[in-house]
Amino acid sequence: MTEPIIKFDKVVKKYGTHVVLDELDFDVKPGEKVTIIGPSGSGKSTVLRILMTLEEISSGVIHVDGEPLWHEERNGTLKPASEAHLKKMRAKLGMVFQQFNLFPHMSVMRNITEAPINVLKLPKAEARDRAEQLLKMVGLTEHAHKFPSQLSGGQQQRVGIARALAMRPKIMLFDEPTSALDPELVGEVLNVIGSLAAEHDLTMLLVTHEMRFAREVSDRICFFDRGKVKEQGTPEQIFSNPKEARTREFLKAVLEG
Amino acid sequence: MLFGFSWDTSHGELAFAISILPILLMGLVVTIEASIAGFAVAMVLGLIFAVLKGAPSRFISWPATFITEFFRDTPLLVQLFFLYYVLADHGVILPAFLTGCLALGVQYSAYTAEVYRAGIEAIPKGQREAARALDFSARHTFTHIILPQAVPRVIPAFGNYLVSIMKDVPVLSVVTVLEMLGVAKIIGDQTFDYLVPLTMVGGIYLILTIVCSGIVRYVDMSLPKTGIPLK
Amino acid sequence: MEWSEYLKPLSQGAWITIQLTVYSTIVGAICSFAFGIGKLSTNWAIKGFSIAYIEIFRGTSLLVQLFWLYFALPIAGDAIGIDLRLPPVAAGVLALGLNIGAYGAEVVRGAIQSVRYSQYEAAKALNFSPRQALWRIALPQAIPEMMPAFGNLAVQNLKDTALASLISLGDLAFVAERIRNFTQDSTTVYTMILFMYFGMALVIAGLMHLLERAVGRWRRVGH
Repeated sequence: MTEPIIKFDKVVKKYGTHVVLDELDFDVKPGEKVTIIGPSGSGKSTVLRILMTLEEISSGVIHVDGEPLWHEERNGTLKPASEAHLKKMRAKLGMVFQQFNLFPHMSVMRNITEAPINVLKLPKAEARDRAEQLLKMVGLTEHAHKFPSQLSGGQQQRVGIARALAMRPKIMLFDEPTSALDPELVGEVLNVIGSLAAEHDLTMLLVTHEMRFAREVSDRICFFDRGKVKEQGTPEQIFSNPKEARTREFLKAVLEG
Repeated sequence: MLFGFSWDTSHGELAFAISILPILLMGLVVTIEASIAGFAVAMVLGLIFAVLKGAPSRFISWPATFITEFFRDTPLLVQLFFLYYVLADHGVILPAFLTGCLALGVQYSAYTAEVYRAGIEAIPKGQREAARALDFSARHTFTHIILPQAVPRVIPAFGNYLVSIMKDVPVLSVVTVLEMLGVAKIIGDQTFDYLVPLTMVGGIYLILTIVCSGIVRYVDMSLPKTGIPLK
Repeated sequence: MEWSEYLKPLSQGAWITIQLTVYSTIVGAICSFAFGIGKLSTNWAIKGFSIAYIEIFRGTSLLVQLFWLYFALPIAGDAIGIDLRLPPVAAGVLALGLNIGAYGAEVVRGAIQSVRYSQYEAAKALNFSPRQALWRIALPQAIPEMMPAFGNLAVQNLKDTALASLISLGDLAFVAERIRNFTQDSTTVYTMILFMYFGMALVIAGLMHLLERAVGRWRRVGH
């Protein structure tokens, strides 16, 4: 039994009195590809945003790669993490956003190399080599010198994936990566994510509404409902033989809708 | 002595400050009067320019645009001197206060004209089209459709220009208008203590603009954003 | 005197006006960024100082500030035993720059705040420090946003330099007043300098427009 690379332990996230994550327990093993599904407001995106340290937790403990994410151990007790600790932890994670969030004032190449050069302090030539390989992987080699506004949504999201991968994270978080795309552009992004899943031992955590795709690439599907994991299992179990009534209702609504 | 008040220079700074406060406040009254008069001129002139700039004929709209640009891009001080000396040269002798308000009005008419135009243009084209579809007269469309929606949009901008005009009134002191800064300068010239009167003027200005900006913000917040309700 | 004889002294005055405009615009630009960014600081001392600066210089009249720096500051200096007498040119540049900088600071703050929050999130996800996110991600996007307002402020600053004539700086307005005193030919001389200011304003507006295009190149490329 390998140690989980991500471990949520009774994690609570509240906005005021509204409970988004309700004492959530949730594990991901190294190299595992996990897809989170669930109705809107079930807290699935919040899980990713908390892992990326974009949002704080209200209580509980999260471990990433053997270390507490939002805490630091000092004198045997857990204290709220310092910025330096958060920075160290963030380096383990990469994130792809629903709205791409590319930097509009930078060329595709600079979008990908800016963080490796300025955060990882890579030599420029090395960062460019790395970016060129990644652009080749996402099929955008000829677009390196364009600005994001000159690309289609699907192309922008592929740059977004390359940009996150350029930081060499151990864990990739995909927050509804195709939800903002026109239907005909969804395929090209899913292809990139799919080949990434097949060819790398990256740990991947994906929030999506693309059920067929989730079934193909995931090792495990987690159905979130009201801030908890309501049901989880292999794609086969969840899609073909869901046990919970809520899961069945949700899948029925999504697959017929 | 000024406005019938004299200053006390022999009992320390505080006594001096207290003795000149009534004089400065008399100056403040002139400042406020000039602001309001200048603003009134700007509102009228600005409306005229807004109409002319929107005229269908280029022979009217282009010169109007040029003139407002010219007013906007030249210094208030020079416009003031121009009116003060040039009008007098041609036999038009106005009191300094009136000349000053006219100069403020000319300078700011360029800005208020823009506010009028922006307010009217901000109303969606569909509103006009709907009015036409309902066969409203042009006059009815303007008074019942355009104006009630445009007025709430433009009031905050006009309010901000009124505050700006207040801050420009001290320029009028160069043509002997005894507004607050001019008064403070005279006190300084005579007592050789500029620090107290000028600092007090700064303080009074700060209070005045903070209060006025607060009022503008309050009015802005309480305005009906979708237009003045007509029942 | 013929109007053409005014040209030489007026052009000398215009040169002073141009220098005043350039120097005070530079001071103003520095203040704009320093205090506009300062107002967004999480450090309360920096934030408080920036807010105080912006409110004081926007809330009082430029001419009050100019007179204060020129007439009152030396007396304040006397009281604490420091020589704070400023030459007119220093008082002029400082007053104009600090004044326009306070307006510019609000432009800078507004433009930085208009950068979408998701851009900061993307920067954080890539592990940029807050400082890097500001300088590399937010500011480059905010600067084109600031340019139209900066253009207006630069023209405003040019117009404001005329007030420096009131502390005996030999700028365009000052020279004109002297010629008028000498010749009583107010119509000619004031018409001339009105057009000279107008011409300079058009040049500044044109230059700022070019600058706007230069810093916003990425915004104009499209599909």
